[in-house]
Parts: sequence; C-alpha cells; structure tokens
Amino acid sequence: MISLTIDGLRSEVREGTTLLEAAKLLHLRIPTLCYHPLLKPFGACRLCVVEVRRGAGYELVTACNTPCVGGLEVSTDTPNTREARRVVLELMLARWPNVGVLRQLAEELGLAQPRFVSALRDEREDACILCLRCVRICEEVVGACAISYEDRGIQRRVVTPFNEPSEACIACGACTHVCPTTHLKFFPEDYRGKPREFLLGPNTAIYMPTAQTIPKVPVIDREACIHFKTGGCKSCAQVCEPGAVNHDMVEEEIELEVGQVLVATGYDLFDATPMAQYGYGRLDNIYTSLDIERMLNSTGPTGGRLLLKNGQPPRAVGIIHCVGSRDEEQHRYCSCVCCMYALKFAHLVKERCPQAEVYNLYIDMRALGKGFEEFYSRVLHEGANVIRGKAAEVVQAGWSRQEEGMLLIRCEDTLIGRFREIPVDMVVLCNAIEPRRDADRVARIFGLSRSPDGFFLERHPKLDPVATTSDGLFIAGCAQGPKDIPQSVAQAAAAAARMLATISKGVVEIDPIRAEVDETLCSGCRTCGPLCPYSAIEYLEARKVSQVNSTLCKGCGTCVAACPSGAITGYGFNDRQIQAELEGVLSV
Amino acid sequence: MEQASFEPRIVGFLCNWCSYTGADLAGTSRMKSAPNLRIIRTMCTGRVDPCFILRAFHLGADGVLVAGCHPGDCHYQEGNFKALRRVTFLKRVLKQLGIDVRRLRLEWISASEGEKFAKVSTEFTEQLRALGPLGLAPAGEASAAEEAAGD
Repeated sequence: MISLTIDGLRSEVREGTTLLEAAKLLHLRIPTLCYHPLLKPFGACRLCVVEVRRGAGYELVTACNTPCVGGLEVSTDTPNTREARRVVLELMLARWPNVGVLRQLAEELGLAQPRFVSALRDEREDACILCLRCVRICEEVVGACAISYEDRGIQRRVVTPFNEPSEACIACGACTHVCPTTHLKFFPEDYRGKPREFLLGPNTAIYMPTAQTIPKVPVIDREACIHFKTGGCKSCAQVCEPGAVNHDMVEEEIELEVGQVLVATGYDLFDATPMAQYGYGRLDNIYTSLDIERMLNSTGPTGGRLLLKNGQPPRAVGIIHCVGSRDEEQHRYCSCVCCMYALKFAHLVKERCPQAEVYNLYIDMRALGKGFEEFYSRVLHEGANVIRGKAAEVVQAGWSRQEEGMLLIRCEDTLIGRFREIPVDMVVLCNAIEPRRDADRVARIFGLSRSPDGFFLERHPKLDPVATTSDGLFIAGCAQGPKDIPQSVAQAAAAAARMLATISKGVVEIDPIRAEVDETLCSGCRTCGPLCPYSAIEYLEARKVSQVNSTLCKGCGTCVAACPSGAITGYGFNDRQIQAELEGVLSV
Repeated sequence: MEQASFEPRIVGFLCNWCSYTGADLAGTSRMKSAPNLRIIRTMCTGRVDPCFILRAFHLGADGVLVAGCHPGDCHYQEGNFKALRRVTFLKRVLKQLGIDVRRLRLEWISASEGEKFAKVSTEFTEQLRALGPLGLAPAGEASAAEEAAGD
C-alpha cells in the first residue's frame, strides 16, 4: 500500500493506482475529456493536470496517467491548475466553439470568453474533438481496430482505413457510446436474435427486455455481444459492482422430483405474413397487436407516441379484427381477447392523436366481461368508426389518388351493404392466439391430450376445466385455450387449489379398478411399461420387475393384455368377477 | 301363448370406450329404448370370452349382444377383431348346440352413436320377442341349482 496526500487528505492506495483514481476515491473532482474508466489512460487532453510538490517548487502532471508514489503531496485545485486547464480549454474552444461538453467545462472553470480563434475553426455542435476514445475502445475493448487516426498535428483526423466503410467494424456501437460530442452516430442495419415483437428500436447487446420486465434483470444477447465475438470487452462485468454479470453461464438441466405438475405454457401469436392480402412484412406501417402494444408503452421505443415509420403521427388508423381467427382456412375458433384490445387501441389512438380517425373492422363485437360493454359504448362515443365487415385486403394507394402514400383497406360494410375503400396511414392486425409451436412436444412429454384446435385438453369442458385425464397433471391459462387475464388468473388459482388439496390431504384414494403385477410371474421384459398411456408402470432395477403405480393406474387393461407372461391382473375384470356379474344380471 | 307378455332377457357386453359410452349418450340424451338389455362393461370386446356368452345363455339369457368399437377404431388396436373372430366361431358352435344363431348379435357402436345403440337395443328385443324364450333356465333357477349342487 502506498501513502500519499491529496488536497491535504491522507490516501492509502494499492500500487499501480493513478492519481486520478486516488482522487476519485476521495470524491475529489478533476475534469477530464479523454479519460474513460474502461480505457487505458491516454493523457491527450491535458485537462486533468494536478500540482505535485517537488522540493521547493511544484510540477504539473496529468492525473490520469501518473501513478501514485509514496509520500507525494498533490493538490487538485490551485491557481496553477486552474490556469493550465483554462488555457487548454481556450485552445480547444478556439477550434470547436460550439461543442456542448467544452462549453460545460468552460462554465465550470469560469472561462468567460476564449481569446483565440483557430484557422481550422469548426462551428458544429457535434464536431470531433480528437479525444480518440472511439479509436481506443475499438482497439482495446472491442478488439476490432476498425477506426483509427491519420496525419499529424493540426491535420489529425479520425478515419476508417482509406476513408471507406470498414469491413472490420462489427457494428457494436461502442465508439458511439464513448463519444462525448455525438460526432459518431450508429445506424444498425439488422436486429439479430430478438423476437419480432420487440424489434421496434435498436438495442445494446446487454439490455432490459422492457423497462417493466420481471425479474428486473438485464439479459445479454449472445449474437450481438462483443465478448462472444472477440473474447474482449466484458465492460458490463467490469462496471457491475455486485459482480452479477457472468459471461460463462451455460444452460443447466435441473432435475426435480415432483408429485404434481401444472402446465401453463401460454400461447404464440399467429404470424400474419402468409396472409399476403394484409401486406404484413411487405408494406410499411402495418403492425400486429403486440407491435402496437410495444409502441404505445411509455417505456417503448417511441416513448408511448403513436408514430409512423417516417416519424409522423398517423391521420387515420385501421384496426382489423379476426386475423387468423374465425377463419375457415386458418383457425376456426375465436381468440376471445382481440375485440377488447382492439377497442382499447381505438381509445388510445383517440387519446394520443385526437385528430386521427380510427376504424375498427369487425365480424362481431365480443364484449363479454365485466364493464366491457360499457367500454365499447364509451369508445363509440369517442368517435371510433366501427365497420361490420371483414377486411378483404390492404393495398398501397396509387400515385394518381389524393391519398398518396397511404394504405387503402378494402372491405364490405355489411350494415350499409356497400363496398368501401378506407384510406389510412397505419393498419393494426388483431392476430389470433395460437397454441405454442412446441405444443406437440410438450404434450408428448407429459402425456397430455390436445383438442382439435391444438390446445391442451381439459378433463371436462364444463365441470373440470383445469384438470386433465392424468391425475396430478393440470393445465391453466392460454395453454388450455384463448382467454384473457382474469380468466387465466382464475384457472391458475383453481389448479393451484386442486394441487394443494391433494397435498394437504396426505392420502390419495385409489380406484379399485386397476392393474397389479404379480412379481413372482413377472419376467422383467418391460413390454408393459411403454404401453401405459398414463405412465403408471415403473421398472424396479433392484428386483428387475415392473410395478404398477396404483395412484396413476386407470385400469384400462392395456398392460394386462400385453403381458406375455400373464403376470398382470386387471382388477374388476377377471373371469370370476365377470361370471359373478352375469349371475347378478340374470337373477331377475 | 305367453308370447304377448314375454319379456326377453338380453345380456350386452359393451366395451368401455365406444359402445358403453354410446349407451351412456343414449341415456343422457333421454332416448327411448327397450329396458331388456342388461349391460356388462368390459374395457374391450376383446376381453369377452366365448365362455361368458355360453354362460349367459346357460343362466337364462334369451339373447346376447356384443358391441364394440368400429373396426380400426379399437382403443387397444385389435381387440375388436379378436371379438369378431370369436363371435363368428361361436355362432358355428351355437348352431351345433341347436341354439338359433340369431340370438347372438355382434354390433359396432361408437361413442357418439347413441341413437344407433337405442335402435339396436329395441330391434334386438323385438326380434327375440318374436323368437320366443330360449328356455334353458328361468330367472335365478340355474344359479340356484348350481349352488345346491355345491359348485
């Protein structure tokens, strides 16, 4: 440990600490420009000069790259340092008078009017001030070396090789991030590895999926992260105080032994791209409901404003219900939630763009829940136009029409019996709720049945909507069928209650109609195990026989019939029992 | 002639997945069918041993119905085919024994065919009413006799 004095305060630091770092530990402010915590000290701007006592006199050194030495006496704010910093700033302002960060420093140092004007005066607010942070970060942290400087003295410039777009650039945005004047700007060409719903704006490689995300923890996009490309960076890990960033995390498989399972795997949104008539993915300003939810969210890419691709607010918005639902060719079922959120969007359009027209094109308006019908009336009073008719297609308005650049929704208004062409700026598609793409895999893993529409099958549509035909296996939420939040919550609570009831009872009632393996006859051939539709047969390694789990067995008799040794009895259906039944029914 | 008041006693072997459920559907739909059918549920018609059918006749049944899933739809894949073979073979045996083969009937009834079940049940009852009692044993007599013999 090294002891020194800074501004009269004693400081104990480890070897290798610079004066600037030592001052920071004491919360002393030293202005800097070319310094950045992630980069090696450069000593280019000379703003961080501090006074070091040397014998009878003093020496001005740059704090950022001067290491601490035992016994030093340092002063960070003396007339000498102030004078030095002012002159440095004057010289910089001579060349770049309007750059924000320089003006701020000028104010801080009490510099009223710079005395000089440079021959290479650059009036721009975002001029490059040659701090070279961009060059250094690209070399030291990113490891791409895509940008550098050329020439000397007053002619020095920051450039790419041969002044052409650099092939080495990996579009990470690090240079833009450290540039103090916004001279460097970032134009990402592609958004990699993110779900389509969240692509309404650029992101850094480590990001919060949304500002309201739960848990409130950022996630690293492996495809965009520099560390996984070059092995360098890890800036996020460096700046994280609790040390919570771990680039070496790998997927873990955890095995849990449980007695009951609740499958609540949710839904996927229908992809409207194959429905070419609506132009999703082909024409601009056509969004799905989830895209619009993101845009309208105040933590979203537009801060909650409804904007077209050109940055303007829309003059008219068309909301098309039943895209992929109630459709002979797509899904025949109704997705339950779309009418209400479509009305919500209509209400929000009116709220955020009061001058805009909004059109809801529907088949039926399904406002089934508490307060829903009242909300529908309210939206009608707010001036939403509701058109009963499925939209046939969305096209771009032709050049000869007045509505140039707009989209036209072609539909039939069945209530007035006319075809209509409605010019709008933005179209919102209410996409169907679909079973998840991997539903068949999940069903096979758990032995769940699926109803014809692909959602998981409940034990009874009216009397048992959360249980399945397998004991201890429950389903809830949109995995069972499209439904809104109150219904999902109710189902989840119901399923949880059922599971807790089983647990709290402490005992399980077994049906007398079940199968049992006679261990003395069982040869351990394991023919029965895979046949059981309820996964009720276990193979006991120790005794090398199969055993039926009486709590899961439903007595279907498949194993009874399959056993080559005749070792399994199906209680309730053996010969004597059936003979007894015959005697019983024919006794009268 | 007692035929006017003769109520045939029919035993039906129904498979759990199709015909039993179909009969249940007929019931919940309040369809009218003859009450003469006494149902014995098995998981599959493949469980039905020809001896059960013979025992039924022995205990006093005038007719036996075996109803299962449609070919190809058996819950256990081929159980109903086994039943088909056994019933076909049994009919030849019944003929040898002098029992009218029309007293044994094999039907395919699915879980949604409640109406078919009601129709078959009623039709079979009328057929047997016309055929008359089999007369092997009146109600309860056969089992009582066996008990007495110390079976």
